[in-house]
Amino acid sequence: MTATPLTSTQGAGRAGDKVFSGAALAAGCLILAVLFGVALFLVVQAIPALTAPADKIQGGQGFFAYIWPIVIGTLIAAVIALVIATPIAIGVALFISHFAPRSLASGLGYVVDLLAAIPSVVYGAWGAAFLAKEIAPAYGWLADNMGGLPIFEGPASTTGKTILTAGIVLAVMVLPIITSLSREIFLQTPKLHEEAALALGATRWEMIKMAVLPFARPGIISAVMLGLGRALGETMAVALVLSSGALTASLIQSGNQTIAAEIALNFPEASGIKVSTLIAAGLVLFIITLAVNMIARWVITRHKEFSGAN
Amino acid sequence: MSKRIDVKDLNVYYGDFLAVEDVSINIEAKSVTAFIGPSGCGKSTFLRTLNRMHEVIPGARVEGEVLLDGDNLYGPGVDPVAVRSQIGMVFQRPNPFPTMSIRDNVLAGVKLNNKKISKGEADVLVERSLKGANLWNEVKDRLEKPGSGLSGGQQQRLCIARAIAVEPQVILMDEPCSALDPISTLAIEDLINELKDQYTVVIVTHNMQQAARVSDRTAFFNIAGTGKPGKLIEYGDTHTIFSNPVQKATEDYVSGRFG
Repeated sequence: MTATPLTSTQGAGRAGDKVFSGAALAAGCLILAVLFGVALFLVVQAIPALTAPADKIQGGQGFFAYIWPIVIGTLIAAVIALVIATPIAIGVALFISHFAPRSLASGLGYVVDLLAAIPSVVYGAWGAAFLAKEIAPAYGWLADNMGGLPIFEGPASTTGKTILTAGIVLAVMVLPIITSLSREIFLQTPKLHEEAALALGATRWEMIKMAVLPFARPGIISAVMLGLGRALGETMAVALVLSSGALTASLIQSGNQTIAAEIALNFPEASGIKVSTLIAAGLVLFIITLAVNMIARWVITRHKEFSGAN
Repeated sequence: MSKRIDVKDLNVYYGDFLAVEDVSINIEAKSVTAFIGPSGCGKSTFLRTLNRMHEVIPGARVEGEVLLDGDNLYGPGVDPVAVRSQIGMVFQRPNPFPTMSIRDNVLAGVKLNNKKISKGEADVLVERSLKGANLWNEVKDRLEKPGSGLSGGQQQRLCIARAIAVEPQVILMDEPCSALDPISTLAIEDLINELKDQYTVVIVTHNMQQAARVSDRTAFFNIAGTGKPGKLIEYGDTHTIFSNPVQKATEDYVSGRFG
């Protein structure tokens, strides 16, 4: 056997390396190019609406007056969805990862994943045809008994097609996303840390508080942000469920609108400056999502020193 | 503080598999007892049954009795959580909680079960525990820094500080030095020598010199072959086990002629 010279490497292996690194680089660049392309499209197409005289924009008071109520509406719906979905999702994920017997856990995990596969139009139809009707009496009760709070101010919608119903439908839709991501994170908690907590005399819940949740914290935040992304951008379910209207503080009256539903409902018949206005609305949604993700990143890195990564 | 442990006819199972067979052993209070033996002989498994940590693994169960000063740990109504708060454990790899500061790591066990503790008491306890683990001088200026920033040996002493902060009766150590360099190992061994003034210490080790250096009594475990249960072969004063053992298997193992 002769010694292989240090300077030459075998041709095939080196070529494979090059192909692979080239493909990976191309894929990475492609993502950036697509993102940049979308952003560029949104900005270019939105400029006419942003520079148009106020009376040309829908509502007649300029773009800002047009956009801010539906920005607020979007945020209200998304916040309702997350407030409902996050605790339930974390509870379900913990049950699957740490409490349920193994046979039940895998079945339940599968069902949760299945929930994510249901198309949003089905959720929308369910919300509009079933949930809204069933939940309307509860809104009546809220208006009668807690009407003092601005968010439950009457008269309640008798059809139930309100922003709160839309938020509940969105909660059901984001629940499987947050659940399955959190479950994966919980399962990755090092055994070592769980045993450390148990050996100190922790109960199962104390072990979870001590070892599992702190370890999973960045993962939970990421999961919630992904859920938020879906809730912010969800179109079909909101368009079907919500009987839209002007911005109102009450969650149980019809009214409010989200950006995504506004675009979807108006785009087919729009032309000229109206198209530009809707695309500008899309740009605003894009910026909101971007901002939310950056805040999430910042929250995660703020605690890097204590993340266990070092 | 510190109680004795008496084990009577203990069998440990994983499901239907008998992992450790028929162990009876008396562990004296305020002494260091070492478990030695080849890999897979069940010494770590047996150690974990002494504070019911084996129950973390699904399907693990025991038959027999483990008496802590006469109280059966496996008696009806005994809460494993209460058992573990009296019998602390230090693991093979250092495992401070990565999301907690050094100070919070020491206090982790004390704050369990919603026990309230004032800041002054906590400060005293943190200092006492870290001094007890020979770590105080190295970390006193950075108590609020994460525990995961310490070296491996310091992390292991932090884990010991965390274990003694709850003032247990017994401390179990499962190969506490196997991931550490010789200098850190020496620091832990010195610490074990000090700990036995107050606590009952049981240590599992692969390192026979370590067993000879730190323990008062030594138990030798062995296994007849793969799939067979581990057994306690011989138990006695460390000096006797290493110089004049009764069993042939023990002599072969301690003199390195094993296998």
